Amino acid sequence: MNPYLDILRLAGPEAILTLTVLVVLGADLTLLRGQSVARRFNGGAFLSILGCVAAAGFAGLRLQGQTDADSLNGFLIVNPTIDFLKVVLLVLTIFTLLISTSGKFTNHVGEYLSLILLGTIGLMLLVSATDLLMIFLALEFASLSLYILTAFNKHNARSSEAALKYFLFGGMSAAFLLFGFSLLYGITGSTNLGQIAAGLAGKGLDPLLLVAIVTTVIGFGFKVAAVPFHLWAPDAYEGAPTPGAAFIASGSKVASFYVLAQIFSVGFAGAEGSAVWHGALPGWTPVLAVVAALSMVLGNLTAIVQSSVKRLLAYSAIAHAGYMLLGVLANTPTGRDGLMFYVITYALTVIGAFGVVAVVEDATGGDAWANFAGLSRRAPGLSLCLMIFLLSLGGIPPLAGFTGKFLLFSAVVQAGDNLGLLWLVILAIVMSMVSFYYYLRVLKAAYVEDAAAGAPAIRVPWPTRLALLLLAALVILLGCAPGLLTQFL
Amino acid sequence: MLAWTIYITFIGVLVLMLLPRDNARAARIVALLTAVAGCVVAFAGAIQQTNPGEVTQITRLDWIPAIGAHYYLAADGISLVLVVLTGLAAVAGILFSWNIEQRTKEFFAFYLVLIGGVYGVFLSFDVLLLFVFYELTIIPKYFLIARWGSTRKEYGAMKLAIYSFVGSHLVLIGLIAAWVVARAQLGHATLDLTELAKVSFPPAFQYWVFPVMFIGFAILAGLWPFHTWAPTGHVAAPTAGSMLLAGVVMKLGAYGCLRVAMLMFPEGVRDWQWAIALLAVIGIVYGAGVALVQRDFKFVIGYSSVSHMGFVLLGLATLNTLGLDGAVLQMFSHGIIAGLLFAVVGRMVYDRTHTRDFNDLETMHLGRRLPYAAVTFVIAGMASMGLPGFSGFVAELQVLMGAWLVFPKLTLLAGVGILIGVAYTLRAIHKGFYSDAPPAHAGHDHPLEPISVPERFGAVLLIGAALVIGLFPDLLMNWIEPCFKSPLFERLLKGGAL
Repeated sequence: MNPYLDILRLAGPEAILTLTVLVVLGADLTLLRGQSVARRFNGGAFLSILGCVAAAGFAGLRLQGQTDADSLNGFLIVNPTIDFLKVVLLVLTIFTLLISTSGKFTNHVGEYLSLILLGTIGLMLLVSATDLLMIFLALEFASLSLYILTAFNKHNARSSEAALKYFLFGGMSAAFLLFGFSLLYGITGSTNLGQIAAGLAGKGLDPLLLVAIVTTVIGFGFKVAAVPFHLWAPDAYEGAPTPGAAFIASGSKVASFYVLAQIFSVGFAGAEGSAVWHGALPGWTPVLAVVAALSMVLGNLTAIVQSSVKRLLAYSAIAHAGYMLLGVLANTPTGRDGLMFYVITYALTVIGAFGVVAVVEDATGGDAWANFAGLSRRAPGLSLCLMIFLLSLGGIPPLAGFTGKFLLFSAVVQAGDNLGLLWLVILAIVMSMVSFYYYLRVLKAAYVEDAAAGAPAIRVPWPTRLALLLLAALVILLGCAPGLLTQFL
Repeated sequence: MLAWTIYITFIGVLVLMLLPRDNARAARIVALLTAVAGCVVAFAGAIQQTNPGEVTQITRLDWIPAIGAHYYLAADGISLVLVVLTGLAAVAGILFSWNIEQRTKEFFAFYLVLIGGVYGVFLSFDVLLLFVFYELTIIPKYFLIARWGSTRKEYGAMKLAIYSFVGSHLVLIGLIAAWVVARAQLGHATLDLTELAKVSFPPAFQYWVFPVMFIGFAILAGLWPFHTWAPTGHVAAPTAGSMLLAGVVMKLGAYGCLRVAMLMFPEGVRDWQWAIALLAVIGIVYGAGVALVQRDFKFVIGYSSVSHMGFVLLGLATLNTLGLDGAVLQMFSHGIIAGLLFAVVGRMVYDRTHTRDFNDLETMHLGRRLPYAAVTFVIAGMASMGLPGFSGFVAELQVLMGAWLVFPKLTLLAGVGILIGVAYTLRAIHKGFYSDAPPAHAGHDHPLEPISVPERFGAVLLIGAALVIGLFPDLLMNWIEPCFKSPLFERLLKGGAL
């Protein structure tokens, strides 16, 4: 077969999505031109969702066929796990689109929707690459869309500030990442992860390799918002249009963590070192252990003092990034499965949480605790969903967040010799006790406090309602029956 | 069949959620029917179980094969006792919250979620499943207190929630560590309690993991010095909330100590036996002493709960059949009696007089004006003091006899605790109902709302249970005794040796 056509077939989901972007932009400029923003949003989102469904269908069918292919030496890998991740990313995008449709933050509907889709394409390319060059390109492609999305709330000066901050930090971290990659290429003469590992074998811990490890951690630490590279996150989450923040917190996390785990466990195989208590050896796991510990502690403690729920979710995202890093440094197949289960369920939960915040923000004009007061009376279904999402983030069984924590933490403890990694898990569990407090404070506002007298019931637009109900159902379902997800990982 | 206690309760929650928002009457009736059905199923299932000494499987399905978790419900005699207690407490609690008018439907929905979780804990023989139900009870407790409570309710609710959460996370640490060690030893992953109880964990591992897990559970059982949530939580809670907290939630903690921590780490128990006994006795004496000087009626009962739960923990620490039998019986007995005491103070007295301060109550002469409440409290007080004829007597006596064999000096101290118990109960009866202080002002003579029918039913139910078990302790002992003679507990009683 013509090799070009072959690549096109392998990149089918991405190609479908690219066409969708063009269709959405075109429709917004022609058919929907002159309509109200709400109708343009509904129409555009409908087309976008159709495109996502088609792409997911393509990937899903290929998943059934167990296609296994490697094109251009790691530029585009196709295998069932990656196809499943692509389906997950598309599902997350669909949920993001559903909670976006009632947005009042912009008139540039076509651009907004196509940026979300372009970001998704970038993330999909990211998960299917095992070549450093392609990883870098895909990461930057996705990030560029996210920077612009952050700036999309033109009514809010903080939105532009947040975007600028995000962009400057992002540019800096990209430079670090590229620097690290170039050192790796210099040491091993290859940009393919597998060949890098082969090139590193037997060389021991070259000082250059240590620099490469540290700069890679810095680059990805920024992408996943781990301490001390997290400073952009609270501003970006707060300033970005809420559905945009949901997208940053969900899809981009899933893809980044998958690739992060790939780079370290495949590319840096042999340079693990050890993060075992009283037995630490130099390598990448102790570096990640430090970053993870800092993220868990700082993220959770800082979240306590936030009064804006979006900022609170940002700091909690930092803390969750810390838990997830534990899954990366476990560096075992069960650890990776636990990590992916955790990050996917986290993504679903956090979209839900942001969806609720978006509705409350639209109805009450803010996202402080006070705006959630009496929510259980003003919108009983909405506050029940909020309760499910926040309790899942806090790790209360039988919700997905708890099951994820159990799978992840047990895999991490199992990975260290002689319970050596237990100290990290104890830290994580102690810190999740802290997190319970601030999630409960939000729920207290919703369930215990009363709304101002005469506050009307809050109407939830139907696409958002559909998304929230499905997400809440998924959070419960995956918590009770994690096998539904783990069988694909 | 016993599994239906859980299912019926959660079905009740769903029905409540579908009811129209402001129909308080329908909500009450649905809640009561659910609780009664659960109670009937609990009794029927318990009687049906022919061999209470054995762990009888109710249902067992694969849940998360990768980590060896099963949906495994089963019951032995200990579970039966506590399931029956839960059934009784659930019904009584609803009868005593018949007067909840504000957001009735949500109140009972949270209430039933709590009850369902409690049934689940007592029937789970998979550690993860047990943990899931255990944590499920935290959230409803918080909202019940924070929304429908009184005196510093938000503080009390948050304190209770945080203590519970800290406790359950200590348990989680122990659980994950034990799971990994057991997996390495057995060669396959399992969370089945009966299987884990057979694993020989290394002694050094047991030495640190046992106290972590034990304290995790014991926080909820009111172990001194981790008891401080109990008085504030009990006082802040609405009547039914305190009844459930003292009646069943504290039992969750004690049950977890016995069923999970002690069963899995018998050598660890041996290492820490004296420490547990010491803390338990401090709790008994301290709780009683503090109860003696309270001005708030409800704080008296709150601290008395700490004191009585000390007997449960002391019984557990004896590691002989006598003490363990007594501990389980005491769980039942205290569940009934504390529920009754809280019902009198919270519902019969506070809801009518709007004060719990002894200085005010002394001037009200409630003995004359609320005779039913006074008599109920006297009976409950007698039961609480441990007079023969009531369940508390049989239970505490057995605990003390068991403890005498192991820690004679500490047992003497615990005896002092009983004496102080007599003192604070008499003081409460005197100040609360039969004081002859002159009336403060004329305003206090207006008639109080008479004791309602649901309250009478509830009181009779609980007094009846305390009396029946006091007079015929064998009804429960026939369930409890065979358990501790079963192979499951053999290792624990022999201190880890097989």
